[in-house]
Amino acid sequence: MGALSLGRLAYLALVVAIFAFVIAPLLMIVWVSFFAEKILSFPPTGYTLSWYARASEMADFANGFLMSVKVGLCATLASLALGVPAALAIERFPFPGRETIRQTLLSPMYVPAIVAGAAVYIYFIELEILTNFQLAATFTGLVIAHTLVALPWTLRLVCASLVSANTISEEAARSLGANALQTFFYVTLPIIRPGMIAAAMFSFIASFSDLEKSLFLVGPGKTTLPIAILNYLEWSLDPTIAAVATVQIFIIGAALIVSDRFVKLGKVF
Amino acid sequence: MAGVTLSNIRKTYGTLAAVDDVSIEILDGELLALLGPSGCGKTTTLRMIAGFVAPTAGTVRFGGRDVTRVPVHKRNVGMVFQGYALFPHLTVAKNVEFGLKVRGWDKAKIAARVTEMLHWVQMEALAERSPRALSGGQQQRVALARAMAHEPEVLLLDEPFSALDAKLRGQMRTEIRELQRQAGITSVFVTHDQEEAMAIADRIGVMNHGRLEQLGSAEDLYKRPVSRFVAGFIGKCNFIEGHVTGPGRFETANGQALQFSGEHSIGPAALCFRPEHGVLTPLATPGNSLPVTVKAVTYLGPVTEYDLVSEAGNRLLVSASSSGEGAPKEGDKLSVAWSIGDAFVVD
Ligand SMILES: Nc1ncnc2c1ncn2[C@@H]1O[C@H](COP(=O)(O)OP(=O)(O)OP(=O)(O)O)[C@@H](O)[C@H]1O
Ligand SMILES: [Mg+2]
Repeated sequence: MGALSLGRLAYLALVVAIFAFVIAPLLMIVWVSFFAEKILSFPPTGYTLSWYARASEMADFANGFLMSVKVGLCATLASLALGVPAALAIERFPFPGRETIRQTLLSPMYVPAIVAGAAVYIYFIELEILTNFQLAATFTGLVIAHTLVALPWTLRLVCASLVSANTISEEAARSLGANALQTFFYVTLPIIRPGMIAAAMFSFIASFSDLEKSLFLVGPGKTTLPIAILNYLEWSLDPTIAAVATVQIFIIGAALIVSDRFVKLGKVF
Repeated sequence: MAGVTLSNIRKTYGTLAAVDDVSIEILDGELLALLGPSGCGKTTTLRMIAGFVAPTAGTVRFGGRDVTRVPVHKRNVGMVFQGYALFPHLTVAKNVEFGLKVRGWDKAKIAARVTEMLHWVQMEALAERSPRALSGGQQQRVALARAMAHEPEVLLLDEPFSALDAKLRGQMRTEIRELQRQAGITSVFVTHDQEEAMAIADRIGVMNHGRLEQLGSAEDLYKRPVSRFVAGFIGKCNFIEGHVTGPGRFETANGQALQFSGEHSIGPAALCFRPEHGVLTPLATPGNSLPVTVKAVTYLGPVTEYDLVSEAGNRLLVSASSSGEGAPKEGDKLSVAWSIGDAFVVD
């Protein structure tokens, strides 16, 4: 092997630059979360872990964190319950209008979240006026909104795994005497399981980090973590927020790594 | 065990007849090949036998039982798919066991049968492997064991050798042929490779544009093709355009009289002979020769092929065993002759 060619060198430099551009702010936040002084200044005079202790002592963050986890888990389960059957119907049964249904279910990904959040809020209010049934500012309402955030991810990932696990395995099962249910449980489900796990991870991440859809829907004392962060930022800017964000970054990072073990993410997008 | 009877089966997709009025009686224990070019309806026919595709018209019978409306999983077929379709999440043994489990066989019987099947295809040593860690030939053996474990009435194979390299293909087809004979199971396999069909099938059904052109042994098809398509598809063939003028009499487009064996109605047709039945000679004999010019000589080892062009512009091919002395050369003006018994006529 000779020296790297100029083109290859330029390519590597570009990759490093893009990577740095994406990663630098995250690293910055992690770094700042250990700064000793309250008012951000460079370079820091010393380092401390006390912001983490402070963040965990603040009720807003602790509750927000718990709330986000709870909502995230519920939304993930709901999006699997809806998304897996929808993906199966779309990929396995050629019926007219399936593309329309697919696009409709994927649309929360394309509609600006703040617009969709407002729309959901208005819808909940209208519904309440009509039926006296309250969804806005309730846990259920929040879960419904977050299910909308999560559903496109589930649908896309499960569809992708159904496409790659082509129908031939299912046909093989049928030819061996398996009925429709046996085929689903013994063949289809095991084959798409990695896709479902990745879908669950992504759904959770999407829900866990959602700010815009939740803005209108949280009630007093029922704030999610991103909203707790936003509220805090309105009044103060100190490394506490960096500590909270660092925890969030690590949770999301861990979920991404787990997903990648099951589904090579590069293949899905 | 039972034979399979297809009676006038059709399958249309919109205006396209993928399979058009096909009737075949597949005998008990026979290995039948469905042969034809891409898109001629082979797979569709096989899938109608399996039950994956419902015929638009016609009936499918296994033995005396009409299975036309019986769903796949109740038909008791075994199928080997193109690319094998082994379950990627199950081991070799679990793959073979699948059909028995869903049929509710009891545990001891399943274990015995799986061992027996793996032994049959010589895969016992790899029973706990994942299919991903098998070679193409090994995957195919597992696919066969899986398809045969539940003692199906009919074995169906769709292009079973197409994923293998040329050498392994030859070996596997002999192997599968032997296994099929041992089991004595009625089998249908689909291929677009005429050599493969001729090598292992008892009988071959040649399909074209959704229709069954001819059904017969390899020898039947080669010696007595009923159509120009079959004559050209099975082996190489020379066609001389013209028309039939009477019993055994033929006239070329430029008025030369020739003779042929067999029967054909009067009218436009082509007289055919196989390249190995032609002889290049300086003598012109009436009734069974044509004057030609040698266009090209291709040496292929044991045989040499001569590309010829007749006075009427017909391109002809003759193959002869290679001989050094006095072999025809490019540009020679000679006659190509054949014996009348080897000449036949198709539409
Ligand atoms: N589900 C379908 N919908 C519409 N047309 C189809 C369908 N399945 C098959 N066809 C058409 O029917 C014809 C026969 O297809 P088939 O798959 O039986 O061909 P084949 O002989 O197996 O060809 P190949 O050698 O390429 O596999 C083709 O023209 C094909 O395009
Ligand atoms: Mg085919």
